[in-house]
Amino acid sequence: MAQQATAGRRYLRVFVSGFFVAVPITVTVLDRFAYVARVEGASMQPFLNPEGGSDCDVVLLNRWSVRNYQVQRGDIVSVMSPRNPQQKIIKRVIGLEGDFIRTLGYKNRFVRVPDGHFWIEGDHHGHSLDSNSFGPVSMGLLHGRASHIIWPPNRWQQIKPSLPPNRGPLDTEEDEG
Amino acid sequence: MFRRALGKTLGFVGYTVQYGCIAHCAFEYIGEFVVCSGPSMEPTIVNYDIVFSERMSRHLCKIQKGDIVIAKSPYDPNMNICKRVIGLEGDKVCTSAPSDMFKVHTYVPKGHVWLEGDNLRNSTDSRSYGPVPYALIRGRVCLKLWPPHSFGTLSESPTRRIIKTQSDSDSD
Repeated sequence: MAQQATAGRRYLRVFVSGFFVAVPITVTVLDRFAYVARVEGASMQPFLNPEGGSDCDVVLLNRWSVRNYQVQRGDIVSVMSPRNPQQKIIKRVIGLEGDFIRTLGYKNRFVRVPDGHFWIEGDHHGHSLDSNSFGPVSMGLLHGRASHIIWPPNRWQQIKPSLPPNRGPLDTEEDEG
Repeated sequence: MFRRALGKTLGFVGYTVQYGCIAHCAFEYIGEFVVCSGPSMEPTIVNYDIVFSERMSRHLCKIQKGDIVIAKSPYDPNMNICKRVIGLEGDKVCTSAPSDMFKVHTYVPKGHVWLEGDNLRNSTDSRSYGPVPYALIRGRVCLKLWPPHSFGTLSESPTRRIIKTQSDSDSD
């Protein structure tokens, strides 16, 4: 009986100490280095969720590479939604600060992206709530950069930055014309 | 001998990683100490005051009107700003200076807050850059720690810029 009690106490102590090691390390890794997220919705079709329906893609979000808020045009990033702070949205970066952007259905036809902001759009125009509805997004809302598609395994790949055709910053001459 | 040194080194690294992670979780989810600089929150917080900002109410979406918050600046994500929440989403706020003849009002959009400094004459805030997304808020300032003679909770807004209810705002 007494032996059982000591064994139980020892088990409890090991459990508590393991708990205090595992939980902070997991939280720190998820916050600082990498995060795994499921992509829902059709806004990034056809690159993510090409079939639609109920099966969702799973992507690896690299959080270490965006710690200094450095992204490239064409990167797929996850951003805290400016409309709903509980929600994260995944979009493609079209323009960085200082770029001139031809918008698709925003209130101004051409926009200069202000300092500390970027312009993000979903690949599926018209089915995506993006900068065309809420304007340039502050850099501080950046959450992570999608670096790999993990699931489904037949589409496992590294995500390379690529701008959709006809999108991207305008040259200054083109903007004046 | 060599094996023991290796074991000690590994143990030290392990403890460092563990306590670093615990520190990260504490700063990220419980609270952090912030040294404030700049004149925008005078007289509530003056230059080089040390305050404690707690992160829980931001994660639980419990930020209220009148709270002082630390937020990331919308134009420079590496800079933090310390301001008072004047309006939450859907609130009516006054965008003009108190000395102006005509009062201009606007509504705060969904998911945003309206931030203003207590020192209205010397503060760059939502009056110049508009409403700020809620997700940029990092924490709520709940205690002032330094200087010791002003230790304690923070005082109410001295500017009377917070519009309490719809009926109040209509009467002015």
